[in-house]
Amino acid sequence: MSERLSLLSSVRGHGDPAADVYDEHPPRMGFFTDTSLCIGCKACEVACKEWNRVPEDGLNFTGMSFDNSEGLSADTWRHVAFIEQRKPVGDSQANFQHTGATVELDSDFRWLMSSDVCKHCTDAACLDVCPTGALFRTEFGTVVVQEDICNGCGYCVPACPYGVIGKREDDGRVWKCTLCYDRLGEGMEPACAKACPTNSIQFGELDELRVRAAGRVEQLQQAGVLDVRLYGEDPGDGVGGDGAFFLLLDEPEVYGLPPDPIATTHDLPRMWRNAAIAAAGLLGAVGASFAGRR
Amino acid sequence: MVAEAEFTSYYGRPIVKEPTWQALDIAGYLFLGGLAGASSTLAAGAQLSGRPGLARPLKLGAAGAISLSLVALVRDLGRPARFLNMLRVFKPTSPMSVGVWILSAYAPAAGVAALAELVPLGRLSPLAKLGTAGAALIGPAVASYTGVLIANTATPAWHEGHREMPFVFVGSAASAAAGLGLLGAPLVENAPAQRLAVIGALAEITAVRLLERRVGIVAETYHRGHAGTLMRSAEALTLAGLAGASLTGRRSRFGAAVSGAALLAASACARFGIFEAGRESARDPKYTVVPQRERMQAERP
Repeated sequence: MSERLSLLSSVRGHGDPAADVYDEHPPRMGFFTDTSLCIGCKACEVACKEWNRVPEDGLNFTGMSFDNSEGLSADTWRHVAFIEQRKPVGDSQANFQHTGATVELDSDFRWLMSSDVCKHCTDAACLDVCPTGALFRTEFGTVVVQEDICNGCGYCVPACPYGVIGKREDDGRVWKCTLCYDRLGEGMEPACAKACPTNSIQFGELDELRVRAAGRVEQLQQAGVLDVRLYGEDPGDGVGGDGAFFLLLDEPEVYGLPPDPIATTHDLPRMWRNAAIAAAGLLGAVGASFAGRR
Repeated sequence: MVAEAEFTSYYGRPIVKEPTWQALDIAGYLFLGGLAGASSTLAAGAQLSGRPGLARPLKLGAAGAISLSLVALVRDLGRPARFLNMLRVFKPTSPMSVGVWILSAYAPAAGVAALAELVPLGRLSPLAKLGTAGAALIGPAVASYTGVLIANTATPAWHEGHREMPFVFVGSAASAAAGLGLLGAPLVENAPAQRLAVIGALAEITAVRLLERRVGIVAETYHRGHAGTLMRSAEALTLAGLAGASLTGRRSRFGAAVSGAALLAASACARFGIFEAGRESARDPKYTVVPQRERMQAERP
């Protein structure tokens, strides 16, 4: 399983990462987090902590709106971001049809909320750089750490272009979202999606989620909501597309997401080539140092 | 001076995570590993050209440096007892995995070459020759792969300079090994160390300049704060060591030793400076967002 490592897991535009490892496997599963539906209740954060027995890591007052978990880390696998903006929610002339009632929107203030999570990248840098094979690709196409193998080298931490995976200090190993691998095996949906009261977190087959997301973008655009975009759904992006993608209402960096993340392993062939040239150069330089009379 | 770049962020919080590695362990390893690798190669040349007085300190230094490196690398693990889990797999996509296998071949060879120096006539034994030759051939890989190790991360100061980093690292390693040679060898034998000092120092200075030009706005992290101090010290010490080695390296034993020490210190400063610049670049979301936005604009105007 994890022993069967693909040498080039980072070939661009390959949408079925589990196929590199398994002859037969279930469809790729993932999350579509529709932030336009998020109400900032943090049920996902709580459900994740409870189900996965993630340790408490501080109940802080951050001053960052209602955010008190700050960001994804070894002990925060779902993080709800809160952004307060002086921007209209939608076209200021538009009327929102909301549970039958018509709401007149004349405010120029909006509150964005978004539940962030591990992206379970198609080209996962954390998995690529893991020197022990502790990080592996599951049959569902997700990326999971095997905690009985991880030796805490920490390479995956700076490798992740989203800053997701982190080291648990008192434990020494790295931890992140498993997309509830244990629940998936039993045919259950992940704890966060199960707990989400507004269906902002949608779990399912990735292909189906992409279709659903495209429909939702169209719907919101017709309703006059500005700046609607999908993030991480494109298999042509720098990480080969995310297994957990998002509908955002502003630029990714507003939510603390990188605008154009890449799995740096894509540059690895060039890096190895330059390292080989440099090593040969060193041999040559030493040889040249002995060319002389003394 | 360029104007402050405009960018947005989530309350100024970092996007990527800074490395959890300890500077003493990992920047220390980048220095010691480079020193060891290049020293082994220089030592073999010294032995082949009949300079045992140059070969000896280099072999002993290489074995000492790589032993300290292994201690630092294991100590930096979150679970040091699981060090051997590194040997479960070989993954070309993981520079750390490749490095572990390079070190597994290099360290015993460097150890044998050094041990033989401590036994009378030991270096003439076939095993010692094999160790010396093996360490000399694998040494350059030890010195250069670490450039890929840190560049294959999302840390902006490291990855944006991924093309130049292996050249910076071998230049720094060559200059450090030359420094060790100047420090430890008798005057009559130190000419190759002096020549390597010139090549290594010039290569390092050039490669650092190219890297700083390539990384754009991220170059700030190499110029400011603690990293800036270290990088400036590295360059000053390199130039001082270079001048000292050229002017007094063949006439004064004291001059050669001081120049050698300056080159060793320069290499250490450069590695700690690059390490610090990486950490700094990960802490500020500007260095993640601005280069990515620039890349997006260049690709999709």
